[in-house]
Amino acid sequence: MTFVLACAIGILIGSGIWLVLRPRTFQVICGLSLLSYGVNLFIFGVGRPRVGAPPLLTKGGYVDTSAYADPLPQALVLTAIVIGFATTALFLVVLIASRGTTGTDHVDGQEPGR
Amino acid sequence: MTPLTGAAPDHLLIAPLLIPLIAGALMLFYDDRRRWLKFGIGLAAILLLANVSLSLMDRVGQADGARVYILGNWPVPMGIVLVLDPLSAMMVMLTSILALPTLLYAAAGWQGKGQHFHSLFQFLLFGLNGAFLTGDLFNLFVFFEVMLAASYGLVLHGSGVARIREGMHYIAINLIASLLFLLGVALVYGVTGSLNMAEIGQVSRTLGPEQRPLFHAGAALLAAAFLIKAAAWPMCFWLPRTYAAASAPVAAMLALMSKVGVYALLRGAMLCFGPDAGVSAGFGGWILSALGLATMVYGAAGLLSVDRLAQRAGYVALISSGTLVAAVGMGLQGGGERLIGGALLYLFGSTMAVAMLYLLAEMVERQAPPEPNAEPATEATRTPEEEIEWGPMGLGAVDDDDEPVMGLPGSLVAVGGIYAATVVILAGLPPFSNFVGKFAMLSGLLASANQSATLWPFLWAFFAILLASGFVTLVSLVRYGIRRFWYDIDDRPRILALEVTPVAILLAGLCLLSVRADEAMRLTLSAARDLLSGGYIHTVMEVRPVDPGIGTPTDAGDAAP
Repeated sequence: MTFVLACAIGILIGSGIWLVLRPRTFQVICGLSLLSYGVNLFIFGVGRPRVGAPPLLTKGGYVDTSAYADPLPQALVLTAIVIGFATTALFLVVLIASRGTTGTDHVDGQEPGR
Repeated sequence: MTPLTGAAPDHLLIAPLLIPLIAGALMLFYDDRRRWLKFGIGLAAILLLANVSLSLMDRVGQADGARVYILGNWPVPMGIVLVLDPLSAMMVMLTSILALPTLLYAAAGWQGKGQHFHSLFQFLLFGLNGAFLTGDLFNLFVFFEVMLAASYGLVLHGSGVARIREGMHYIAINLIASLLFLLGVALVYGVTGSLNMAEIGQVSRTLGPEQRPLFHAGAALLAAAFLIKAAAWPMCFWLPRTYAAASAPVAAMLALMSKVGVYALLRGAMLCFGPDAGVSAGFGGWILSALGLATMVYGAAGLLSVDRLAQRAGYVALISSGTLVAAVGMGLQGGGERLIGGALLYLFGSTMAVAMLYLLAEMVERQAPPEPNAEPATEATRTPEEEIEWGPMGLGAVDDDDEPVMGLPGSLVAVGGIYAATVVILAGLPPFSNFVGKFAMLSGLLASANQSATLWPFLWAFFAILLASGFVTLVSLVRYGIRRFWYDIDDRPRILALEVTPVAILLAGLCLLSVRADEAMRLTLSAARDLLSGGYIHTVMEVRPVDPGIGTPTDAGDAAP
């Protein structure tokens, strides 16, 4: 499971970086989204996830904390997703505004060589 | 430090967060046409904020020093805390000092060039104050995002092609920086098992050799994120263009935002890698010094190569950032408290002066002769098609009363005089506080260089580059001033008294800072001592939750000092 998680993070971040470096705004926003997915998985990963360990305690009685997953990274991921979603939505608006005002989807607002 | 057991919680600590948040939210109830009402609410909030920050400064100067506010009364390493130490008190004060003139300047016209300016401005203050006061690493991320989200809106304020293009770059770069921040937070949490900054500092001293590299990697990622915000070379190319494209009052506040990166860097570095940190002491010190010096060189070179004053101001901001990053790096290498104290005084003075330069730049360039490749400082009028296309999206400008209500024609002579004073301040010439700050940095470095062999090469490089960059600033800005004020003497733009007033307030503040430099220096020195001695960790870790003995008279009696 660790291997699969590591591969997923690697592929997401790798393709995200490639896309962010592309010249079209749509590619950049896709890259940023992929990067944020990769980062969120990474945060999830630092909580040392295991199969079959729930993050929520059951009510009452003796609690063996080693049987449960660390809930904090999951809370952090949740916050990061919300913030990332909002900022990406904002970026999308700016992207569309840029497309409308400059007439091109190049990140510099003009086609190269013009 | 005495534990605050049983003492009444210091509710004033949360006021710098609540005041702008409530004021900003309150403004959302009103339509944008009632912007003078919004301005009134904003002005009241900022005056209140300034009052609170003075009072906080007063508290932090008392014997028991730093204060901790436990949000929700959770036991300390678990819950989120707000920490007020001399450094954060100073930064909160700087925020309110800058916010007042900036808001006044915006009232002279910019507030009418777009929507929700005043709300976004208050949310920016909320994010800034939160970032300065929080004692929790993830909370710091959240406040960074609040601040950045507000700044994205503010950079686009006024719309126009240049702003949208530069705003897009700015947003993309800061989104990537935020992702780096998250990676760093995750790694640090994975190693130390904590998000409380004081506990991270404590745990980092006892890490095993197999965990230490991972911790260093996390810290380095965090530092990369902070360096992008602080615009250190080679992550600085966005700054001059974005700030020059932003409207003048926004650019003045952005000048403070790049210092948030420096603040976070200084705080984190001194907590985890300060002189008493054991094995990790001084980690990354030489890299920070080198990057800071490179930023100063780049800023000085850029300053000589651009034409518009707003762009020159951006490069001056880079020099100021670079100086501070280099000072943090050399502080890590054992630069001593006088270096850090001087750097903090320089931070205070130079941020105000750069903000002043941005405000001046807009006035001075208003009807300056059009230069090639330069956007006009005033707003280009929009074609009706654009208005139809973009108006519904909230991107259309609302300028129904474009002309400011108040304001007498100010004279170019006054502006010229203030410009000359700004140049002298920015170049670090006596008698202003930047000179005192630079002098303290250099003399502190010389005094402590004997103890640290690695410091010598950086010491001489810093000496040379600091003096040279000051000289370059002087040359570049004086050349601009000669051309603008003496050569183009007939070109008299209409300058309003309401625009000159805020700049004059900032200048008066800087003069006061220079006159009372000994007191300011004493304060920054105490902040530096606090940082270097790790007092932050003890203060935070020794705090106990308040006993909820709901306000009985005996409790109140115990709480009195």
